[in-house]
Amino acid sequence: MSATAERPATRGFVGLPIDRVDGHAKVTGAARYAADAPIAAPLHATIVQATIACGRIIAIDERATRAVEGVVDVLTYHNATRIPALPFDFTAPSSEELAPLQSDEIKYDGQHVAAVIAETFEAARAGAALLRVEYESRAPELSPGGARTVEQPEQWFGSDAQPRRGDPERAFEAAGVRIDQTYTTPIENHNPLEPSATVAEWRDGELIVHDSTQWVRGTRAVLAKSFGLDEEKVRVIAPYLGGGFGCKGFFWPHPLIAAMAAKLTNRPVKLVLTREQMFTSCGYRSETRQRLRLGATRDGRLQAILHDVLGTSSRVGTFVETAGGVTAMLFDVPNIAVTHSIARLDVPTPTAMRAPGEAPGSFALGCALDELASACGIDPLDVLRRNHAAVDPSSGLPFSSKHLLACYERGAEAFGWSTRPQAPRAMRDGGELVGWGVATATYPALRSPAQARVVLGADGSVDVASATHDLGTGMYTILAQIAADELGVDPRAIRVRIGDSSFPIAPVAGGSMSSASVGPAVQDAARRAYREAIAIATSAGGSPLHGLGEDEIEACDGGLRSKREPSRAIAYGEIVRLGGSGAIEALGSAAPGDEGERLSFHSFGAQFVEVRYDEELARLRVSRALGVFDCGRILNAKTARSQMIGGIVWGIGMALMEETVRDPRAGAVVTNNFADYHVPVNADIAAIDVLFVEEPDLAFNPLGVRGIGEIGITGVAAAIANAVYHATGVRLRDLPIVPEKLLAAQAAV
Amino acid sequence: MRAFEYVVADSPAAARALARESGDARFYAGGTTLVDLMKSDVERPGRVIDISRLPLTAIELRGDVLRIGALARNSDVAYDPAVARRFPAVSEALLSGASGQIRNAATIGGNLLQRTRCTYFRETRWRCNKREPGSGCDALDGFNRGHAILGTSDSCIATYPGDLAVALCALSANVIVEGDAGERTVALDELYVLPGDRPERENTLAAGELITGIELRAEPLYEHSHYLKIRDRASYEFALASVACAIELEGGRIARARLALGGVATVPWRAREAEDLLAGSPPGDAAYRRAADAALAGARTRAHNGYKVELAKRAIVRALRTACGGAA
Repeated sequence: MSATAERPATRGFVGLPIDRVDGHAKVTGAARYAADAPIAAPLHATIVQATIACGRIIAIDERATRAVEGVVDVLTYHNATRIPALPFDFTAPSSEELAPLQSDEIKYDGQHVAAVIAETFEAARAGAALLRVEYESRAPELSPGGARTVEQPEQWFGSDAQPRRGDPERAFEAAGVRIDQTYTTPIENHNPLEPSATVAEWRDGELIVHDSTQWVRGTRAVLAKSFGLDEEKVRVIAPYLGGGFGCKGFFWPHPLIAAMAAKLTNRPVKLVLTREQMFTSCGYRSETRQRLRLGATRDGRLQAILHDVLGTSSRVGTFVETAGGVTAMLFDVPNIAVTHSIARLDVPTPTAMRAPGEAPGSFALGCALDELASACGIDPLDVLRRNHAAVDPSSGLPFSSKHLLACYERGAEAFGWSTRPQAPRAMRDGGELVGWGVATATYPALRSPAQARVVLGADGSVDVASATHDLGTGMYTILAQIAADELGVDPRAIRVRIGDSSFPIAPVAGGSMSSASVGPAVQDAARRAYREAIAIATSAGGSPLHGLGEDEIEACDGGLRSKREPSRAIAYGEIVRLGGSGAIEALGSAAPGDEGERLSFHSFGAQFVEVRYDEELARLRVSRALGVFDCGRILNAKTARSQMIGGIVWGIGMALMEETVRDPRAGAVVTNNFADYHVPVNADIAAIDVLFVEEPDLAFNPLGVRGIGEIGITGVAAAIANAVYHATGVRLRDLPIVPEKLLAAQAAV
Repeated sequence: MRAFEYVVADSPAAARALARESGDARFYAGGTTLVDLMKSDVERPGRVIDISRLPLTAIELRGDVLRIGALARNSDVAYDPAVARRFPAVSEALLSGASGQIRNAATIGGNLLQRTRCTYFRETRWRCNKREPGSGCDALDGFNRGHAILGTSDSCIATYPGDLAVALCALSANVIVEGDAGERTVALDELYVLPGDRPERENTLAAGELITGIELRAEPLYEHSHYLKIRDRASYEFALASVACAIELEGGRIARARLALGGVATVPWRAREAEDLLAGSPPGDAAYRRAADAALAGARTRAHNGYKVELAKRAIVRALRTACGGAA
């Protein structure tokens, strides 16, 4: 049982725009990422990957590789550790069902077929370039259209993947206004700045792994299962990540190769995926083909939505891009049919990528609503308002705290929406057409059980520890702020330690749930430590607070004092010394209860975008973006704002440039570098503003916080496509919106 | 990357001697193309000759002739006042290329010889006639959105990726080359070779020859030159299509015009028929469009690059209109 909310969270440090407490370490290079692990003289492993998409290995010629000075060994299916099957489950979340290097079979281009282990990185790379692998190849299946195997999963991650209510087909046919369009989104890759990396070391039968992972405990579980070890014999360390966005969430094969190589050579081994390998070896967002049928009244009230999603998955694992996941919840519609299908292809396995499902789904749904507005001759924002759902129509439960209408209002006012002419091609600036678009942002509020430890030391130190993660977004800082408020200590004086599987349990840094899961656990631990300190300070003989009651004491400046006589004060370090046990140590925990049976928890937002279009040159730019978000309490105004700006930048990339292209015959990614896979550069990003409708969601957790990691990207691509329509009068339903599509759409008008 | 020998040259003559005795040497100046390609195993020189310290960095205007040393940095040339005033297209082209960091490292001579961005050239797993003569071309029926539509052959459709050379091509620059027989001067558009059935041969430099500089003759026409680049993002991106042009008006008519294209051809592409059509015409979109049609008349497209024809034509019209605005 947690220390209950008898002392509500103070507003002292929580919420303030405090600089990242880990910022200095990062900009000075003191922060050690996985590949910087302080391991002396590791060997280096470089992975060699399959260059066919379907078939088998006939021969591997290692002679030239082994002749390279410094090459120690070559790991292939001939000498790799035998590892049992790894079917996905949430206790051991392996993305691929079979460990790497177990047989001669090739299931996708980019599959790991060997690792060259050498004394230096250079020798490993040179050796890898010389490895000759001969294949027997069959023609791969690469396109979801007409795929031989198409599956319709009943459930995905515990949710109904084929939800229905009412009689959607009949309601659609009977509707006064009907929209029936197909929207497509391409393969996209996460592209964190830091590539995935592992340093593995075996020490006395124990496996220690420094890994760039969003889930130290998940990684530990798969490694333990793979090598037949107790989980206590495996330690996974990930203090910092240079971004993850989902590609470091579930387990991928390369840490197993590092651990096998370390076992084979009896030396620590460092393995860093190359940028090219990042396109095939740690997931991607599946392409989607989404048919949307909307039936509505002539005044834009939805009567039916039918949303059919076709995505892809591989032969070696399953991931469903649930683009229709929010369709049944987002609008007040009586008749719904959502279907999800996946085509099995000879490709790598897709995975969760920032707002999995919601990102492509909000594009299709957000565009379809805009098309409905046009068909009805109504302002698109009015259509969103008219279909606002006051209760969650998918469950019938009330929302815990929904302020989407306020997001629309505040956004419209800040953006100047009321001056928007309804007709397309009605706004110009200089030689350019100008368009405005709007769409709804949404992401579920998720939470998992978590624990944290707070230790007050005799030297006055305050330590917070939990097996959570910092993807670069501010976890260190917000945990320090939360503990600071409970203890009355400056957050910069608190040492936060995270990213270690030996620390108190925390969930995957995914599903935007870390703040809402770990934050309350830290709050609970800090409260317990605080109360323990009070117990010592009021009972120990030498304490200035001796004899006072608990309610006569408050926290201040790194210690406790009497409320009535503030000069009667004692620092935490001194309290610890009086206690005589060397430290005050408190384990806190927090977990969701049964509130999900009574309430529906979601975050919402509104995305407003302005585009400028040079029609002659087919040059399209986003000149202005505004996101207004309802995400519960904001723990740090600065890092939260950065997080949202980052999400919107992602949305701009998704809308205008990002696309992973496979060679149409071979199935290999041909845009596997930052010259060919385009992400926005600074010059592409104009003014972005972010506003929060800050209503703490105290029914969700004692801090009132909901996650903010993913919602920022949702709705952006739709708002941009809608703005493009407003500017040009043409609908672009196929992402990304690149010049040739704009030229073709113009030519077709 | 494979092991290689690294040597530093202390004079152009020494650099050439080091290259001659090696047989598989590469000159290294800014390294912005060479090192990338060595990392990806496309370039495999046995010897890398560092010429970056040779005294070839001067940018000098003597009379009407601007001479730029081969080792002048892209950013220094771009911001040189004489270049910006007398040859604005050169300055604009340089500033539209790469990023600030790369422009600070890249050199003018090296930039001229920048290798193509064709994916099928840059990864050794694919068949590529340029990289491995006679092996075939996987780009022809592969993903060829960025590939050339002018100057192509059945062996190669790789696009010449640079910006600077396109501007220099329009402005009739000369390249100064030092070889065993001393210095020679070659017109820029004669430096490059169409792929034909030998796409591995990209230029007319002989073994051991070294580019030591470029020469531009200042003409009033060039003060109204302009470089326009269309690309997928606002910066740090290769051209889908680009245009370098210059226009001179006389008595309400176009007296002379210069036009070159980038991003659409296998070499920096001088459009002389279009220039001839423009000469004598009254300025205006009709003349520009006629010139654009002529410039793209020989275009041959593949599955994904058909859009470049119309995009390049529109770029030509816009660039000429802009240049003419400056010339009016």
